[in-house]
Amino acid sequence: MNQTSERHITEAGAMNARKNGAPEYWRSLDQLAETEEFQSFMEKEFPQHVEEVKANPVSRRKFLKLMGASIALAGATASACTRQPSEKIIPYVLPPEEIVPGKPLYYASAYVHDGVANGILVESHMGRPTKVEGNPEHPASLGSTDVFAQASVLTMYDPDRSQSVIRRGRITTYDAYLNELNEALSNQVEKQGGGIRVLTGTVTSPSLHGQLETLLARYPGARWHQYDPVTLDNAREGSRLAFGEIVSTRCDVDKADVILSLDGDFLTTGPGAVRYARDFAARRDGNDPDNMNRLYVIESTPSLTGAQADHLLNRRAGEIEGLARSIAAGLGVSVSGGVEGDEDTQRWVSAVVDDLRAHAGACLVVTGDHQPPAVHALVHAMNDALGNTGNTVTYSESIEAAPVNQTESITTLVNDMGSGEVDLLVVIGANPVYSTPADLAFAAALDNVAMRVHAGLYHDETAELCHWHLPMAHDLEAWSDARSYDGTLTVVQPLIAPLYRGRSAHEIVAALTGNAMKKGYDIVREHWQAQGYHGSQDFETFWQTTVHDGFIAGSALPSKAASAGDIAAAVGEASGPEAGTELIFRADPTVWDGHYANNGWLQELPKPLTKLTWDNAALMGPAMANRLGVENTDVVELAYRDRRVNAPVWILPGHPDETVTVHLGYGRRRAGQLGTNAGFDAYSIRSSTGPDFGGGLQVTPTGETFDIYSTQDHHAMELEGMGSMSRDRNLIRVSDIETFKDDPHVIQEMWEEPDPERNLYPDEHAYDGPNAWGMVIDLNKCNGCNTCTIACQSENNISVVGKEEVANAREMHWIRIDRYYRGDLDAPETFHQPVPCMQCENAPCELVCPVGATVHSKEGLNDMVYNRCVGTRYCSNNCPYKVRRFNFYLYADFETPSLQLGRNPDVTVRSRGVMEKCTYCVQRINVARIEAKKEDRDIADGEILTACQQACPSQAITFGNTKDADSKVSRLKASPLNYGMLTDLLTKPRTTYLGRIRNPNPVLEA
Amino acid sequence: MSQQDQAVDIEKVDKYTGDGFVAPEYNNTTVTQKISNIVLRADTPWGWYLAVAVLLPVVGMLGISITWLVLIGTGVWGLNVPVGWGFAIINFVWWIGIGHAGTLISAILHLMRQDWRNSINRFAEAMTIFAVMCAVMFPLLHVGRPWLAYWLLPLPNTMSLWPQWRSPLVWDVFAVSTYFTVSLIFWYMGMIPDLGTLRDRAKHPVVARIYGIFAMGWRGASSHWARYEKAYLILAGLSTPLVLSVHSIVSLDFAVSLIPGWHTTVFPPYFVAGAIYAGFAMVLTLTIPVRHWFGLQGLITTRHLENMGKVTLATGFIVVYGYAMEAFISWYSASPYEGFMMWNRMTGQYAPVYWALIFCNAVSIQILWWKRARRSPLVLFIVSLIVGVGMWLERFVIVVTSLANDYMPSSWDYYAGTIWDWSLYIGTIGFFLFMMCLFIRFLPMIPMSEMKMIIPKHRNKKDA
Repeated sequence: MNQTSERHITEAGAMNARKNGAPEYWRSLDQLAETEEFQSFMEKEFPQHVEEVKANPVSRRKFLKLMGASIALAGATASACTRQPSEKIIPYVLPPEEIVPGKPLYYASAYVHDGVANGILVESHMGRPTKVEGNPEHPASLGSTDVFAQASVLTMYDPDRSQSVIRRGRITTYDAYLNELNEALSNQVEKQGGGIRVLTGTVTSPSLHGQLETLLARYPGARWHQYDPVTLDNAREGSRLAFGEIVSTRCDVDKADVILSLDGDFLTTGPGAVRYARDFAARRDGNDPDNMNRLYVIESTPSLTGAQADHLLNRRAGEIEGLARSIAAGLGVSVSGGVEGDEDTQRWVSAVVDDLRAHAGACLVVTGDHQPPAVHALVHAMNDALGNTGNTVTYSESIEAAPVNQTESITTLVNDMGSGEVDLLVVIGANPVYSTPADLAFAAALDNVAMRVHAGLYHDETAELCHWHLPMAHDLEAWSDARSYDGTLTVVQPLIAPLYRGRSAHEIVAALTGNAMKKGYDIVREHWQAQGYHGSQDFETFWQTTVHDGFIAGSALPSKAASAGDIAAAVGEASGPEAGTELIFRADPTVWDGHYANNGWLQELPKPLTKLTWDNAALMGPAMANRLGVENTDVVELAYRDRRVNAPVWILPGHPDETVTVHLGYGRRRAGQLGTNAGFDAYSIRSSTGPDFGGGLQVTPTGETFDIYSTQDHHAMELEGMGSMSRDRNLIRVSDIETFKDDPHVIQEMWEEPDPERNLYPDEHAYDGPNAWGMVIDLNKCNGCNTCTIACQSENNISVVGKEEVANAREMHWIRIDRYYRGDLDAPETFHQPVPCMQCENAPCELVCPVGATVHSKEGLNDMVYNRCVGTRYCSNNCPYKVRRFNFYLYADFETPSLQLGRNPDVTVRSRGVMEKCTYCVQRINVARIEAKKEDRDIADGEILTACQQACPSQAITFGNTKDADSKVSRLKASPLNYGMLTDLLTKPRTTYLGRIRNPNPVLEA
Repeated sequence: MSQQDQAVDIEKVDKYTGDGFVAPEYNNTTVTQKISNIVLRADTPWGWYLAVAVLLPVVGMLGISITWLVLIGTGVWGLNVPVGWGFAIINFVWWIGIGHAGTLISAILHLMRQDWRNSINRFAEAMTIFAVMCAVMFPLLHVGRPWLAYWLLPLPNTMSLWPQWRSPLVWDVFAVSTYFTVSLIFWYMGMIPDLGTLRDRAKHPVVARIYGIFAMGWRGASSHWARYEKAYLILAGLSTPLVLSVHSIVSLDFAVSLIPGWHTTVFPPYFVAGAIYAGFAMVLTLTIPVRHWFGLQGLITTRHLENMGKVTLATGFIVVYGYAMEAFISWYSASPYEGFMMWNRMTGQYAPVYWALIFCNAVSIQILWWKRARRSPLVLFIVSLIVGVGMWLERFVIVVTSLANDYMPSSWDYYAGTIWDWSLYIGTIGFFLFMMCLFIRFLPMIPMSEMKMIIPKHRNKKDA
């Protein structure tokens, strides 16, 4: 903070205060500053409340100015100046002398999502984390990530994060908090801590668990509650039904020849999804058709897993239990209540049963976290009956530190608060006021608590109702640990000192046990030492190795014998689907439970299937919309269990009839500049008795419309027209395994194209260097998860444009996922196709640029020269693939300091009026070239990974040197599945695709 | 109307509907009096002030639109990906096209000794100059960084950066700048004898001085006339290929690309015909009211109007042929992209625009088969307005429908102009009309010297 201006403020205030009758003689500015007049002057002059600032439509710049003034004020009122506590926060993996400006370093850490860790490597430029990659050695990652991990770096730099300790709306200090806390704690000594409650999300961190245990030991009456809105309670209870205890289930998807998913989106959501996607894709290699797995899916809300299915059945969520029972019965599980269904369903079910039986021991049955416990128990029993346990499915102790039924946990907490038993509530990293089911009335109960403390990244809805708000450190700013889906102990290592002096959960819990000054680093380290994770090794060596690696190798929880046995009694009789229209609550695919609502990358990321951005919607099938007489963006009132909310309609082909899906995570009241008031709040109609789905929904059209925007088919939803049109062009090429075996060139024969060699004109480009780059995208493997899009955005400093600009069709993503449907509106097949720049050899864009701002490199890239571009947009018009993106306004934020820190310094930040597009991550190519030159060698195959390729959980993208016949990309391009889009235009694209080969069951296909 | 030294029988001239190109009342003296009086009269008609008062705010709107655009960015327009070109390019092509009639009238008709064009050529040339001024604004402003638009010029620089010569946009720069230069010189040179006349007839010394400067010492000597005639002929010769080349090159902006609906060999002749079509319509739109307000029926006669009506009809048919060929070839090519493009134009999201265009450009002109319609200023005026709109719609259809639904169905989108698109477009119309107002008031809108060439010699005998 600028000291001069700070003094200036204080002096001006002092003068003013003196005029208004402050003590005539004053010793110091500090004494004067304590007077009431001065305080009120300060308040008038410099609004402290974020609230007040937010209420006015001020610019971001002004907002930051005011925030800056608030910090100055905090300094001026509390203590004259605070010295940044000096601490060594990064144990250098490489010694400091190896820090070369311009050369990034990578540190292992973990990204924790709903308590579960995924191993990551974080790229750090001069101490600033800029990009998250997967940790190639970590079993949950193997080098890939999901969208949330990729976007986490933006959350860390979010200028809207809470930046100061706030007490009842006023900025104060952490010391003041400790004083009040200690007073409250000392009052609890007598009651054995009976009034203390701590609320966290799911905890897998052993050291945090250890601290909480210490707290509970010191105050035996205290209670610790866990609650995540997207809860895994059904899985926990299902496990209890089947095994009598809560265990964690782990699948070896790559070992399964046949997979049946009962409404489970295991490829993109839930713990282990990144690994599962990779293992699944490993068995979807079109070039190895004999080794292909087969996926059956029965699902309610269409998901990406369903889009990958060879056979898909869409049913209401409540109907799936019945189907699960009949399949289980077919597999020899003694269970009743199976649903016969119509003829087609019966045929489907018996085909699945036969196929599973034929692959007993090498098949897999999975379900989704929102399906009731009985379905989970049935799935365990089915896997047992099929002999999959120990082969494709293994069980272990729960990866959670203290698994509980979280819905019960939060209900107990609310009841305790309501009855006035709670004197001190500490909420750590959760936002229960927003995200608890509406029937619990958390906010009302909260009112009875004498001291309410909220620690979080944002001053959110819960912070607003708490006496104290403590800014928390982001995962990239703090030490911690967590377990991944298989229990692997993973270290969370900070990459930077907390930007806003936030504290980690460890430090906040430590304060409750009287260790307020203890650092997170010491807490984690000491816990590990005490637990003896190092075994017989020297602890220091072990610690250094583990921090370097990011996890303890082989620390996955040991598998445990578990047998489902006879579950007939446990699952009881089938209740059948609830009557009336069904409402399904799902976590949003991009902002999840609302946690990421203020992350611009995630908000603008087109949601899979709907391609909606910045909003949620009431998703329904075409038939239901037809019956209601509504179209996309028409607002309907959803009345569910006496609560109502208005939501815009979005028609999703393949959505089961008489069912509506709403995504959680929107309608935030205090999320930040981006997330506040986006979408509608589905929590407002959620109930703790049926948090996942239930019947009895009333849908009433209101006659109003609310504009929501999709990045595909901006204004048209004519599926038939679109579908046939895309087939006419054969942009997506799909065949099935039998046809492919009969005619290996079936994919390439789908489109007549001229022979590029028979050209009147000589080839313009010689490509006589050692390298010519190319890319192959395998449509068999791509599941449309969007991770490439976000990875590219992070790597290439791609701007967020906002809802209005998405409405204008000006989104900037360099790699987009096109979605195509085929077949029936009510049950279509869905295909995804990632589209980056094709880097054409005969590039239409290069020809028409009047200033030579897009030119061909000797290595086959269409290079964009940003500073030469004047912005005629002719190149974009002439691009048949429409992959070019134009800065219609100054989209890049050149002003917000924290966002500047987060950018990749190797990539130009584009200004207004300039065209941009995918460069095949030319900055990475250049780094590799320099390294290779230094060592006087050629660039090795696989040495360069583009950002999209690196992040892809399915490993669908291959990049490399097409001049090297042995490179992986060359081998794939030689595959009979290889095809280019629109090659009849003779553009000679360097990005090509591998056609998709389905593996249908011949019985069902007939 | 001031009557001071007017010897012409205004009543008769105003009602002249005869078959000649000049009313019989006119001779050398009266023509000079009639035309120079419009410029040199002391009392400006209130109607002129009214027009300027209406047009100035529109010019102001143009200024605001440009300022806002440069300040904020091209995003204020309705453009998106896939539709990277919108109103700006539509308006550019439209205005350039309008300019073409002027050059055609002054150059080609001159070479073909169509002397009847003498009374409308000055007016048409002025229209060309102003239309091209409006046109060049658009490509300059539509680029993302207008302050760097000069990079399209081959300016020697230390970084050895050069335009990319294969791009039709670079050809445009040369085509349009040549066109503007030649048109301006042609227009000005043709005006020199008349400026001399105005200098001589001006009463106010300052006015005389100003016209004198621009008359460049014209004395009417026969050596002057000899050189003038030669230079005029050379410029006419230079301009003639320009009439064909400029719009051909503009059409290559589209034809060179690979977008279905743009990638068409018929474009160069089709664009030239369209340009002349639109240009003649604009000449009619402007001359009909002006001859009415200033009593010029004796100089721009019904016969002129009828001739222009005929040209409009003829070029209209070439344009219709172009539409037919576009549709035919899109079917005959058997290209799925071309076939879809045409079908989409006729039945897709912009179908109303396409059918409005067909009505304006193909249907409405059929009335001109009737002589009575061709000789009726009112009918001609209405048809010319419809054609002007139609030609704008034609460019909209070409630019927008082709881009909005091209190769990738996933990227298809919808485009519509925003308020800033419209304000800039209307602003240029205001600017154009404003410039025409200035021209009418301060320069002779009908070439006195050339009129005298077509006045039968015997009429001047008694004066001699």
